[in-house]
Amino acid sequence: MTHQWDAVVVGAGGAGLWAALELSRRTRVAVLSKLYPTRSHTGSAQGGIGAALGNMEEDHWEWHAFDTIKGGDYLCDQDAVEVMCQEAIETVYELEHLGLPFSRTEEGQIAQRPFGGHTRHFGQSPVRRSCYAADRTGHMILQTLYQQCIKHNVCFFSEYQVLDLLVVDGVCRGVVAYCLADGSLHTFHAKAVVLATGGFGRLYQVTSNSHPLTGDGMAIAYRRGIPLEDMEFFQFHPTGIYGLGILITEGARGEGGILRNRTGERFMERYAPTLKDLAPRDVISRCIYHEVQEGRGIDGKDCVHLDLTHLPAEIIETRLPDVVDFVRTFLALDPVKQPIPVAPTAHYAMGGIPTDLHGRVLVDAHNTPLPGLYAAGECACVSVHGANRLGTNSLVDILVFGRRAGRHAAAYAPESDFGRLPDDADGEVRSRVETLLRRTSGERPANLRTRLRDVMMEHVGVFRTAEGLRQAKEVVAELTERYSHVCLDDKGRAFNTNLLEVLELGHLLDLAQVLVECAQARTESRGAHYRADFPERDDHHWLRHTLAFRRCDGGVDLRYKPVTITRFPPKERTY
Amino acid sequence: MVEYRLRIRRFNPERDQRPYWQQFTVRMEPTDRLLDALQQVKDHQDGSLTFRRSCGHGVCGSDAMTVNGVSRLACRVLLGEAGRDIRIEPLRGFRVIKDLVVDMEDFFRKYRAVKPYLIHNGPLPEKEHRQTPAQHARFDETTKCILCGVCAASCPIFRVNKQYLGPAALVNAHRFLFDSRDEGTEERLQILNQRDGVWGCRTILNCSEDCPRGIDVTQAIEEIKRLLLYSKL
Repeated sequence: MTHQWDAVVVGAGGAGLWAALELSRRTRVAVLSKLYPTRSHTGSAQGGIGAALGNMEEDHWEWHAFDTIKGGDYLCDQDAVEVMCQEAIETVYELEHLGLPFSRTEEGQIAQRPFGGHTRHFGQSPVRRSCYAADRTGHMILQTLYQQCIKHNVCFFSEYQVLDLLVVDGVCRGVVAYCLADGSLHTFHAKAVVLATGGFGRLYQVTSNSHPLTGDGMAIAYRRGIPLEDMEFFQFHPTGIYGLGILITEGARGEGGILRNRTGERFMERYAPTLKDLAPRDVISRCIYHEVQEGRGIDGKDCVHLDLTHLPAEIIETRLPDVVDFVRTFLALDPVKQPIPVAPTAHYAMGGIPTDLHGRVLVDAHNTPLPGLYAAGECACVSVHGANRLGTNSLVDILVFGRRAGRHAAAYAPESDFGRLPDDADGEVRSRVETLLRRTSGERPANLRTRLRDVMMEHVGVFRTAEGLRQAKEVVAELTERYSHVCLDDKGRAFNTNLLEVLELGHLLDLAQVLVECAQARTESRGAHYRADFPERDDHHWLRHTLAFRRCDGGVDLRYKPVTITRFPPKERTY
Repeated sequence: MVEYRLRIRRFNPERDQRPYWQQFTVRMEPTDRLLDALQQVKDHQDGSLTFRRSCGHGVCGSDAMTVNGVSRLACRVLLGEAGRDIRIEPLRGFRVIKDLVVDMEDFFRKYRAVKPYLIHNGPLPEKEHRQTPAQHARFDETTKCILCGVCAASCPIFRVNKQYLGPAALVNAHRFLFDSRDEGTEERLQILNQRDGVWGCRTILNCSEDCPRGIDVTQAIEEIKRLLLYSKL
């Protein structure tokens, strides 16, 4: 079945919904989501959205920009960071106007709290910059934007999994999607496509990410010849609930929470004397592992304590109600009285589909845009996060650049023609799906998925070495080979999540290959990419973005492009 | 490790005339989540077992189902608390699509019917609208709703009266009715002031008891009723 829309947005998290809102003002737009929109992962964000409103104390967007760039270990494109930090302010006000129920100051302004790596006056001390709605800021963003989409009659195709991107003569013409309800294939012929499909934390065994975060948009673009940028940079959030990976917001430390080792020592004082527990995530995750390696983990396990017990019960209950609920429900502990066992959890992909400041997808090292194709949010890399993202900046990114991508696409689509679709537009997807449904014997896909997640966790996590990466590369290659023999239990058409999970696994395998090869090549340590065998940052060789292209033979071709530096030249990064 | 027996209500529309029960056995920790157990069955015993899931920790609302007779989110049920024999069925009051997956379209249609968005017609302030913590507290609780459908499935009125808007839609109407920034009170109350609107509620309290977000749903509905009774429209 073929549908025709001026614009199609793929993904219904914060970036996709805001892009859809902008598009709905000028075009006929459809949103395709593999979930019901309100199930998107934006809803899991807790602590807040960074913007230099200055409601609690003096603050400036330039300070926010500096913190973001330093936090990103100077790999950020500074022109993009400047845009993001300036527009963060109007974006937060607009969100409030759209109805977002922010927590408030006594005067009725939007309340703000400290967050990791956010400082006053270029690194002097923590600043209150994170605008929050208790500890469910992401939930409120997702709800608010979905509500506005309802108000503006945006059309949703829920539980439609996009599986291919249609590019003809160098112009994007649409996507091919699989309808979960009945297994039918749908070709969406569009003048503009916005990819907003989120990240791929499910590549790792322990992750804060929702189950559906399997990098679909990135993998689909990559398979169609679009490069992926800076994929070696994957952030581990320091405070996942031990064993489960469920996120405990950095806002818990923003409100005064402290990390302690088994001796009760506030160990971050040793590593980051100025910001302590509010140092950026890459730094704290490494410190936690270091404490564990030195034998200072809790009860001999690979975790430390997040201690809130010195805070007034009322602060904990009112500002962190969900965190309290998670800890009580999943650990049967009371965080008001007992410390929480935490360990790093795979959290965020800094890399993704390269874009310019308008969300246009770039296809080479010379920043040539692909007409009609946009990307925004975690699946994109405009590069505002560089080598390590600061807390709150993912929400800033999805909103600022989701809005920008939507606005540009809304101007582009009405000026463009539909162009022709490729012959047999859904042919590739049809044969992929039919092959899987027809195969009558083979391996259980879950075995491959478990092995993949384990090897990524062990060798491509917080610490990496040449030897570990070599092993990971071998395992990924072996799993990719075995993937061509997997067999489904469910061969039906109706709501076949067995099939969907296998298609997702295919995306993860491609991204694993890219991530490992990018990490092998980068022989330095920067932000979240830490090479134990190359522990120093090497600006001379590596102050540049990685671009990974898919070769015809299935291999990865690595190229590089320069980092844009405007006002903050690289300096040593200490906290 | 403990052995758990999962008795699951199965139905595949392409194969089955009517639903049937199937038992699976898993060995897991009492601290593991029921959702993990379902995933383990899917991964290693029967890949055709079908359920929805997303966040896995109770904030997205995907995996609502009936567990031992009660509407729950599977990711918030620890095996240890559910017992060694666990009975799992789709949400009651919803049409079953396949196994534990139900049709949510009507539920979301009712949600959309109450105009669940801020209605503000006047000029916008340059910065934020001012709203005091007390004004914010007036509707804070109902902003927690994740539209999982648990309250609706727990409500006997919703299950039998297909016209009734149901508790989730009413909770979301409350969220805007009591927001000091909202100007849509009149148009929203007209929708709610119906036999199948807010007056469909018979104060049975199941919704408040089962809400995984801890929202006092019945209280919210009562506040809308009081607004209708005592405000001059």
